[in-house]
Amino acid sequence: MSFISPFRFVIRALVFATIGFIIGSLLASLITGATGEPAEEPMLALGYAGALIGWLLGIGVWDVWAREWIGLQPRSLNAQSWHQYFRFSTDHKVIGTQYLVTFVVVLLLAGFLAMVLRVELAQPGIAFLSDQNYNTVMSLHGIMMIAVAVATIIGGFANFGVPLLIGADDVAFPRINALSYWIIPPVAILLLLTPLFGGFDTGWTAYPPLSTLGSSGTLLFLLAFLTFGLSSILGGLNFLATIVFLRAPGMGWSRMPIFVWSVFCAALISLTATQFVAAGLLMVMLDRVVGMGFFDSNRGGDALLFEHIFWFYSHPAVYIMILPAFGILLEVLSHFARKPVYAYRWVVASMFSIVLISFIVWAHHLYTSGMPDFLHIPFMVTTELISIPTGVIFLSALGIIWRGRLWLTTPMLFALAVVFNFLIGGITGIFLADVPTDIHLQDTYFVVAHFHYTIMGGEIFAIMAGIYYWYPKITGRMYNERQGRLHFWWMFISYNATFLPMFWTGVWGMNRRVADYTDNLADLNLIITGISFVMGASFLLFVYNMVSSSIRGPVAEANPWRARTLEWQTSSPPPEENFTTPPQVVGDPYDYGVPDSVHAVVSPSGGSSDGPAEGADRGA
Amino acid sequence: MTTEHAVEHGIHSPEMRVKINRIGLWLFILSDAFFFVALISSRFYLHGTYRPDDLNQALGLGVSIVLLLSSLTVYRAEVAASYGDRAATQRNILFTIGLGLLFAVGVGYEWYEAFSHFPPSTGFGTIFFTLTGVHATHVFSGLIVLGFLWWLNRRGKYSSEETYWPVEGAAKYWHFVDVAWVLIYPTLYLVS
Repeated sequence: MSFISPFRFVIRALVFATIGFIIGSLLASLITGATGEPAEEPMLALGYAGALIGWLLGIGVWDVWAREWIGLQPRSLNAQSWHQYFRFSTDHKVIGTQYLVTFVVVLLLAGFLAMVLRVELAQPGIAFLSDQNYNTVMSLHGIMMIAVAVATIIGGFANFGVPLLIGADDVAFPRINALSYWIIPPVAILLLLTPLFGGFDTGWTAYPPLSTLGSSGTLLFLLAFLTFGLSSILGGLNFLATIVFLRAPGMGWSRMPIFVWSVFCAALISLTATQFVAAGLLMVMLDRVVGMGFFDSNRGGDALLFEHIFWFYSHPAVYIMILPAFGILLEVLSHFARKPVYAYRWVVASMFSIVLISFIVWAHHLYTSGMPDFLHIPFMVTTELISIPTGVIFLSALGIIWRGRLWLTTPMLFALAVVFNFLIGGITGIFLADVPTDIHLQDTYFVVAHFHYTIMGGEIFAIMAGIYYWYPKITGRMYNERQGRLHFWWMFISYNATFLPMFWTGVWGMNRRVADYTDNLADLNLIITGISFVMGASFLLFVYNMVSSSIRGPVAEANPWRARTLEWQTSSPPPEENFTTPPQVVGDPYDYGVPDSVHAVVSPSGGSSDGPAEGADRGA
Repeated sequence: MTTEHAVEHGIHSPEMRVKINRIGLWLFILSDAFFFVALISSRFYLHGTYRPDDLNQALGLGVSIVLLLSSLTVYRAEVAASYGDRAATQRNILFTIGLGLLFAVGVGYEWYEAFSHFPPSTGFGTIFFTLTGVHATHVFSGLIVLGFLWWLNRRGKYSSEETYWPVEGAAKYWHFVDVAWVLIYPTLYLVS
């Protein structure tokens, strides 16, 4: 029994989910029985809806939340032991850690799938995967990495970090926060089940008409994506309210750490744009399950509509990924160059410009889709326009590095690599934004290389910087610096050697999302496959360092980096209430080298009587 | 999570909590509005301003009036709750539920008719059933919330001015559902 007890909420959730699935699918079979339609997909869809509700109630929504709705007293499931990681805990630090661990695992799984793809692509011709299986593996790799890119920072780091960086004791809606995490496991389970239902071959973009046809694996994928969107929306809502209302007294908008700003901007996008992909996926499912005619031209629909709706979310979504990555980048650069964030106000303004412009660039994904020609130039202009604020942020990074005294720890190395990689990713983006070149490069490995340079080279490297930077704060122990640096050089070199050649294979006409290619590219692809395995192996060292250091690493001090922001002014790991006395912010967070400058008073004197209430009002 | 110092100094004080809840609700409404925008713009993208002649205009206008009236009653419930007038709150929540159900019945009859004129597998039917269906889902979730409120109010949960936030929140949500219909109604029935 003692082995089971830590997992009793998970077990209860699985039981409830099963009951929910049975109820939902019975309901669906009753409805379809009455109309004589085929029952399988409606049963899966409604069954999943029931299972999701059952899962959430079982994991703790019932205890912490739903009891209140019928007039009972809710009870907290927070506890001071590792058991709380397996139930509906509302502590933002627990949730942040849950997110981080979950998505590092997803990152490794999706990385493994990439290795499978590279084996298939090592030589022309079909080696060991059928076309359908290749497509399933490719699609799973895509959607899982998208999930990692969206949720690791804004779910993991933002959850752990934002309340600490603004001096709050939790987020504005702790229960919604826990909900947004516990929605994720069903998504993972659905995606892992797709191969049993025939896989899905649409890629993560789920374009109809392909996504309205094909095996039921596609339906599971659509449901998973929709659920993931819900989690993303709830997370965005929570951070906006948290940042607006829960800043420590004295932390005016201009004293907010740049990472908090970047999360605020990303949250704006994820709150609003995500509804579009939800609508698009719902429409695909209605076409598929109920036989409606959104995208079927025989029924008065138009498949191009989906691309508009989808990219209206999915282009802004890349800024959900990259904006907080910029936040981590500038944060780490500033602390390790011992210099203020260069052009702080310009950076904040640029982030907001990116949010605004990101909503009017989506159709650059549709240059070759049959969209009216007169739309090409406007979208080319807006797409190039967005490189201006992006360039400002980039210049800010250079401005911090310029004549700084760089302290080359592992997080700093990763941050510097972000600058390097993103430069390549950004410049190659111009060729894809411009209509004449894009028409040729569309759907080739040039695109693959480009977005791996921005999202992997930019964001995943920033995530690595963040993991090493906040590791002592999260675990209370220090990682192994030697292994960290080795991991950095290993990953940085092999990463560039893997993806740089893909620009060439793309220019020479190698198509993405296809298991085969022409013979003249065989040598280059063999090299790419070989190096990609070297890169994959670097993650093993990373995992070893993370796991072994969390058990045997030296105990970390409160502020090993001598950084000024608030999260370092409390113990590592922080107590449940984050700060034993509420911090009082009295200065800028980044004034390194300014004599007598202080960011915040956290000592007992900081918690004097008239503090937090007023400050909170000022925040409003 | 509620630590003592925080309660003392107001971050977790009831007034602050209501402020936070209120912005949370507004953010939710903003977010949800985008969902309707996506669906409404799909209508114009796919079918321009085409409108079939078989729409039951009288019924459409009727359910719209019913829903608008329900916004009035839910407002009265909110005001009554803010004054701690339990009986009036109870009465007006009940009126709102009644009008909401009447609206749902109207839309249900509309669906029954629409099935024969423009079923969901046709162009306009796709948009019609999706928009009204998504909206009806919102109405139903609102009705469920109002049902809970009615039950809890009967037990005196919202008897004082400080604790009536759930009524206010439900009322705001109900207004939002109403405003969404005010946009959906012309999109489906009037545009041509």
